[in-house]
Amino acid sequence: MLAALLAMSAIAIVLGAVLGYSAIKFRVDGNPLADKIDAVLPQTQCGQCGYPGCRPYADAIANGEADINLCPPGGEEGIQKLAELLGVEPKPFGSDAQPKPKSVAFIDENTCIGCTLCIQACPVDAISGAAKQMHTIIAAECTGCELCLPPCPVDCISMLPLEENVANWKWKYPVYALRPSK
Amino acid sequence: MSALFKFHGGVHPPTHKTESTATPITRLPLPARLVVPFRQHAGDAAIPIVKPGDHVLKGQLIGEPQGFVSSAVHAPTSGVIEFIGPHPVAHPSGLPDICAVLIPDGKESWIEKVSVDYRNTPIAGLREHLRMAGIVGLGGAVFPSDIKLRPLRGHSIQNIEVLILNGAECEPYITCDDMLMRERAAEVVRGGEILRFMLGAGKVLIGIEDNKPEAIAAMRAAVQAEGLPFEVAEIPTLYPSGSAKQLIRVLTGREVPSGELPTDIGVQSFNVATAYSVARCFEQGEPMLSRIVTVTGNVTQPRNYEVLLGTPIADLLAHSEPKTDTRGYLMGGPMMGTPLPSTDVPLVKASNCFIAMSDALFPAPPATLPCIRCGRCADACPADLQPMDLYWFARAKDFGKTQSYHLFDCIECGACAYVCPSHIPLVQYYRFAKSEIRAREQDKLSADRARERHEYREFRMEREKREKEEKLRAKERAAQATKPAATGEVPTASDAAAEAQRKIQDALAQAKAQAAEAQPRNTENLTPEQLAEIAEIEARRARIRELAKSDVEAPKE
Repeated sequence: MLAALLAMSAIAIVLGAVLGYSAIKFRVDGNPLADKIDAVLPQTQCGQCGYPGCRPYADAIANGEADINLCPPGGEEGIQKLAELLGVEPKPFGSDAQPKPKSVAFIDENTCIGCTLCIQACPVDAISGAAKQMHTIIAAECTGCELCLPPCPVDCISMLPLEENVANWKWKYPVYALRPSK
Repeated sequence: MSALFKFHGGVHPPTHKTESTATPITRLPLPARLVVPFRQHAGDAAIPIVKPGDHVLKGQLIGEPQGFVSSAVHAPTSGVIEFIGPHPVAHPSGLPDICAVLIPDGKESWIEKVSVDYRNTPIAGLREHLRMAGIVGLGGAVFPSDIKLRPLRGHSIQNIEVLILNGAECEPYITCDDMLMRERAAEVVRGGEILRFMLGAGKVLIGIEDNKPEAIAAMRAAVQAEGLPFEVAEIPTLYPSGSAKQLIRVLTGREVPSGELPTDIGVQSFNVATAYSVARCFEQGEPMLSRIVTVTGNVTQPRNYEVLLGTPIADLLAHSEPKTDTRGYLMGGPMMGTPLPSTDVPLVKASNCFIAMSDALFPAPPATLPCIRCGRCADACPADLQPMDLYWFARAKDFGKTQSYHLFDCIECGACAYVCPSHIPLVQYYRFAKSEIRAREQDKLSADRARERHEYREFRMEREKREKEEKLRAKERAAQATKPAATGEVPTASDAAAEAQRKIQDALAQAKAQAAEAQPRNTENLTPEQLAEIAEIEARRARIRELAKSDVEAPKE
């Protein structure tokens, strides 16, 4: 009886030690699910979801605090991907969060007074300029988040939808008549 | 004669080649207007280095290559640049792209042509020369040739055993390479020798389909006359034997593994027309200014023309006199070509053929029926793929699955659609899926960059906050260190007031210093032009202010 008890306790202590050690040794920093969600999100950092950036939204989804249909820049496809990742049903966007065509900000340089407010608002440092110097958008880095629009005191920033050109043109989904036209 | 091999599948469409080979290559007269696109090659568009109003010479550089995969663009004749901006181009989308409109002066005055002794020039210099001469692959992909001669990261180019000159020209109707080999075989062979020298390849194989006996004979004679140990291989006519990987298979029996380059298995291939332009480039010092193009189909004069790049297609077609029942044009061949969006587009380096379509020659395809999974497409596929599965996945927009079925090994040859008994436009599905996948990869890349920039910004702001706090704390410590010296007597009311006054003065001084520091620094050491510009802008601002004031005040009066 005693031998059995001792043996069981010894096993429990050894296993406990192994578990405790591996919990320290192989500790995963951060939430791996949030990382995966963050990889799906479009990284516009626009805050349209109500969170201050893509990472906080990913954390909120991972913790079950936020819905998956709050990211308009990700589009329907983003919802689809999130639903697949989380094993839930995809749901449509709410009426107040509809996807818009992808655009980039444009500063009307004749009107810009060089106040730097938009530079401070840009989440991806895509505006170059200095105090009392004209500002300009680095179009290649602009995510189209529109966060620079409200702070501008002279309303000199507008959003230009990205135009289709020869370089970014895509082949269309084939459409053909099932019956030949007469 | 070494043994030939077979690739899987392939089809035998009617060749329609004899129509356009009856007459020799015709030089097209100088058009009244040339439209030279800055994107005539795979990769990034060249950067214009001329302005409207500039006079340019024939062969003068007008577009500098930008980025790794890019090539130069030259003025095809001497004249005046009229306009630089968007113009419709020969692209399936019909969208405009940046072009230079050149009005020829009719003198054809050349730049100073400098020939290059390729044997006594470093290879890197030769590659740069090809890049600046705008030499790109003329087989259809218009990939810059200098990159194919360069060791790429992760790929070897040191052990090239075989150089293949591709004269197969397997697609129906197209005969521009055939006529080039018949008439200018010596230069093709010499260009092949230059490419062999640059690659350090041992063996050179020239693959030509056996439906071009005249070209084979001309090339054999040229090889003999030049005294080079090249082998002209007569390969069976089977579409698409002219595709690089299929031709490599036929000539060497080697297969290029999925996702690798021909150089990884010791082979590199170039089109014969590319070899011809390489010879012109080094021997004559001529950049790529013209190409040979087939005009055939529903025209009274089907033939090949040597045409300056930038020639409007309408001018070219007019010379072949399209018949009245022509209902449109194809650019490229009937298997891989796409409809020409308009005849108001210029000829580019990629234009190898224009076919006038009539209902008799190209009857409307029968109705598309559902896929019956007969598997004929898989039998015909030269890339050993499963076209019906790719079709199902592309149709369902299941792009991940298309990639796991090796969509990107598809060469879009159209053999599957050619044999499909249900007449499904299979290649359109593959092109759709490929461009969607590429767009998604691009989006992913920019999202990753945005994430990185955002994270760095957060880190930077955090750091700035910390630094500010530390500075503040250090200041407080310093203030406390100096204080005890002064405290020996009891502070009086006047002392406290003086202390407050001193603090205010300090703060004012500091604010002033900060304001001075924040002065823009890029307003010093300016050139007179910049100063003039600034003065002009200031004047404009003053005027606007003036206007604004009068606008506001006007109603008051």
